[in-house]
Amino acid sequence: MVPSLKDIQQLVNGVQKGDKRSIARTISIIENNQPNAQKIISLLYPKTGKAHILGITGPPGAGKSTLIEKLVKELRNRGKTVGVVAVDPTSPFSGGAFLGDRVRMQDLSTDPGVYIRSMATRNHPGGLARATKDAARVLDASGKDVVIVETVGAGQSEVEVVKVAHTTIVVLAPGLGDDIQAIKAGQMEIGDIFVVNKADRENANKAVSDIQAMLEMATEKKGWKPLVVKTSALTGEGIAELLERIEEHMRHLKTGVIDERRKERIENELAEALTQKITESIINELKQKEEWNKLTQKILSRETDPYSAAEKLLTKRLKTTRKR
Amino acid sequence: MSKKEKERKIRVVIAKPGLDSHDRGAKIVARALRDAGMEVIYTGLRQTPEQIVETALQEDVDVIGLSILSGAHNTLFPEIMKLLKKKGLDDVLVFAGGIISQEDIRSLKKIGIKEVFGPGTPTSTLVEFVKKNAPKRG
Repeated sequence: MVPSLKDIQQLVNGVQKGDKRSIARTISIIENNQPNAQKIISLLYPKTGKAHILGITGPPGAGKSTLIEKLVKELRNRGKTVGVVAVDPTSPFSGGAFLGDRVRMQDLSTDPGVYIRSMATRNHPGGLARATKDAARVLDASGKDVVIVETVGAGQSEVEVVKVAHTTIVVLAPGLGDDIQAIKAGQMEIGDIFVVNKADRENANKAVSDIQAMLEMATEKKGWKPLVVKTSALTGEGIAELLERIEEHMRHLKTGVIDERRKERIENELAEALTQKITESIINELKQKEEWNKLTQKILSRETDPYSAAEKLLTKRLKTTRKR
Repeated sequence: MSKKEKERKIRVVIAKPGLDSHDRGAKIVARALRDAGMEVIYTGLRQTPEQIVETALQEDVDVIGLSILSGAHNTLFPEIMKLLKKKGLDDVLVFAGGIISQEDIRSLKKIGIKEVFGPGTPTSTLVEFVKKNAPKRG
């Protein structure tokens, strides 16, 4: 069943009113890439840009979901509404997923000022699902003050969250590695704020000082020096302080950095969208041609290889463009 | 299979209403459905009917699986069915698992619980049941 334009308009109105059912359906349409998904995004886009988007990442078991629950409660105490998109991995074998982040956020499910959505990666690389960014946008358009995006339990190279979040928080726990781990590239470069969670455990101070030492070596990011906060999601220690630091980062962004970041991000996104469209349209066009089948056959019979065939197709295609 | 069809997944919430803390069965079911290619949201223990229905709503699920061993199904399940209706989620497929008498199963089916599975049900039976009965949505 394809949602009609009228359905879509109704959903968009519902989202703007903060209606949970409308938000849920809208995210599904985008996630499933149903017809009209793009239309919905374009209708909602003008309503976005108001929420503060927090990205929470870190290795599995560091306590991201539990920390988010505490953070959301603190935000609610301060009168803010919150949306959460929590991403867990899809099995590359079965295509299924076990989404367990809500287990840590049980108390939040009936709070009218909170909306939580679990999302499977559907094998999208980088620690987020393809639709995560747009789901965050839907929540932004629904009027949530803060939108939290939780990545999969991420390793060193899952850094896509920086493309979505205004403030990126890397959550670590004591005993996960020494000062050598802290110097490695990837995740340790993306944090605006680093959290050493499970501060109730031993070695928490050692972890804090390892990260601090690493950060002192780093160059500052556009006037912001990343900092470390020690928390215990179990006892609630450090949660209020973490929120202060998050707000401090937002104030920093508002000094003009955010506009710069936004522009950079939008340019990247535009380029990405364009790349996808160009690739799709050229490939679809080439597939219509006799040459495509011929070359496929030749690759099959080992007369040529995919790279030479691709070059041949592209050279020909570019020539026709120039002739026009 | 076209790309679009592949992207459409059956979404299921597996919930444990009530106060018992035996969730091994629920986890086995969740795992089996995951391995059958579905997206399974697990709620954890001791969920109220309100929490379960809110979760189903926010997660836009096609299916709800309720696991119960406490014996409180005659109180909790009708409450869940009532709330689902109230929120406009009547097209969601609901099934249950646990220790429930034949007599109770009959009355639970009358209020819209599609099927009740007892101990020892092969997971393949469950998977087939869900695949066959999940609502076909856009």
